[in-house]
Amino acid sequence: MDLNEFMNAVFNFEDYSQLLPLVTNSLIAGAVLGLVGGLIGTFVMMRDLAFAVHGIAELSFAGAAFALLIGANVVFGSLLGSVVAAVILGVMGMRARDRNSIIGVIMPFGLGLGILFLSLYEGRSANKFGLLTGQIVSVDTVQLNVMLGCSLFVIVALLAIWRPLTFASADPDLAEARGVPVGKLAIGFMFLLGLAVALSIQIVGALLVLALVITPSAAALRVTASPRLVVGLSVIFALVSVVGGILLALGGRIPISPYVTTISFLIYVVCRLIGARRDKLGRTRRSASPDIAAVKVTAA
Amino acid sequence: MTTPAVSLQGASLSFGNRVLWHDLDLEINPGEFFAVLGPNGSGKTSFLRVLLGLQPLTHGSARINGSSVARGSRDIGYIPQQKSFVSGTPLRARDLVGLGLDGHRWGVRLNGRRHRRRVDELLDLVGASSYAEAPVGLLSGGEQQRLRAAQALATDPKVLLCDEPLLSLDLHHQQAVSALINTQCHEQNSAVVFVTHEINPIIDYVDRVLYLAGGQFRVGAPEDVMTTEVLSDMYNSHVEVIHNEGRIIVVGLPDATTHHHGEED
Ligand SMILES: Nc1ncnc2c1ncn2[C@@H]1O[C@H](COP(=O)(O)OP(=O)(O)O)[C@@H](O)[C@H]1O
Ligand SMILES: [Mg+2]
Repeated sequence: MDLNEFMNAVFNFEDYSQLLPLVTNSLIAGAVLGLVGGLIGTFVMMRDLAFAVHGIAELSFAGAAFALLIGANVVFGSLLGSVVAAVILGVMGMRARDRNSIIGVIMPFGLGLGILFLSLYEGRSANKFGLLTGQIVSVDTVQLNVMLGCSLFVIVALLAIWRPLTFASADPDLAEARGVPVGKLAIGFMFLLGLAVALSIQIVGALLVLALVITPSAAALRVTASPRLVVGLSVIFALVSVVGGILLALGGRIPISPYVTTISFLIYVVCRLIGARRDKLGRTRRSASPDIAAVKVTAA
Repeated sequence: MTTPAVSLQGASLSFGNRVLWHDLDLEINPGEFFAVLGPNGSGKTSFLRVLLGLQPLTHGSARINGSSVARGSRDIGYIPQQKSFVSGTPLRARDLVGLGLDGHRWGVRLNGRRHRRRVDELLDLVGASSYAEAPVGLLSGGEQQRLRAAQALATDPKVLLCDEPLLSLDLHHQQAVSALINTQCHEQNSAVVFVTHEINPIIDYVDRVLYLAGGQFRVGAPEDVMTTEVLSDMYNSHVEVIHNEGRIIVVGLPDATTHHHGEED
């Protein structure tokens, strides 16, 4: 059953409670992906990888389109494209400037490939569209299990490297001196990011991945600098965006991605406003740098 | 006889055919305040990276407390060359110091209370308690540098390596940070290796200097190394060194007076 048939056939506000069970799979997938997006987004912001996420998404799109063309599992195709792109970026582009030019080269190549595969594909056009703009409503149980498995892996792996990754992201020089394997962590993180991007694409599509991986964390960063709060808020924001998006889409004829992107955008705007207000108050409230006398030292 | 905190034997470092120093023998003792001076690109940062175990020597050996240099040694505290934190960094002052304490450990932090207490002590030690909860990205260069000092002191290091820790600080913060480091040197008997462009802010603390220039080096007391004869010889052109009221002024450095502007890369 494709999205449009589904909507035409069963959309009706009065039937909302009957519709809900039909999207249970999607809701579960959405909630887990919200969790993944919120967790990984903090590091994407710290490591300045927003553009990389976009680049990875386009290659992921190419992978998914190829899978669609040859009749393979789209989720696997998307994962493969994503991880290949992410690891290439991790290995080749350690410095931000190199990385951006590599992405600039890879991204149109990926999109071009994807378009090639899609134009060769003769199946339903809703499938094509879904890769770019989201398709979660049609998540079946097999897909759901793949997504849950991958998400769980990403979450556990992220927790395992959490502290050294934070250290390496915020303060690479000192982290390196303290024995943190900064380079290996960078590549490992890119691998996880590749997985997360491929998973998010299943919900919001390749073009809108940033709404799930960047926007919630960017919003959280506007209102707090406490690392725990940033992570907690960005997970909540991502969850609200995805789950809220799915629930709202149920009551309309539009795909879910506009709902997801709009909710996450609105959250961002609100956080920016709060942050701006806080900055203004905070600057005056925070005590200025302490007087020299406050230093507990005496020159020997 | 005590083990030297730092010892280099026949140490040479070159990149390609560019020799930074050659055949350097050096011992730095616990409690010694040792300054490393020299123009940009003379190899000061590389010298610290050798001691950190991040940069292999071309020849010779380097030891810390009697054992070969190794990455991640808990005996070393390190203040990297200054790089300020951007305003979106999701860390408060206390989180940054906390990373200096256990940021190299895997997983997430579980021993919350004990960790917090230790971070508070360190913040207090460097006079940063009043902005413990402030986002690091909003702190001034001097405030960030105090946090760097707190991070470096977190492991009670036997050797403290500081890479231009006074760069772009105002006079007050320069004095505060160097006094803080000097305290660690004398009260905890740590060896301090202090890389700097400017010797005057630390002139009262310095025991010996290593001067690097033009692929050569000189080691000795500041008044023996910082002389017209020695520096003119190293730079291979006439350099005038004036000692005045306990300060040392070097005039006429060939193109080496170029100052750092922020990061090097
Ligand atoms: N890994 C490296 N490979 C090649 N050249 C290097 C490397 N690290 C440093 N250099 C070069 O060695 C010289 C000394 O650098 P550095 O130790 O950073 O100097 P300083 O800290 O005194 O300004 C510079 O010319 C730099 O370009
Ligand atoms: Mg340097």
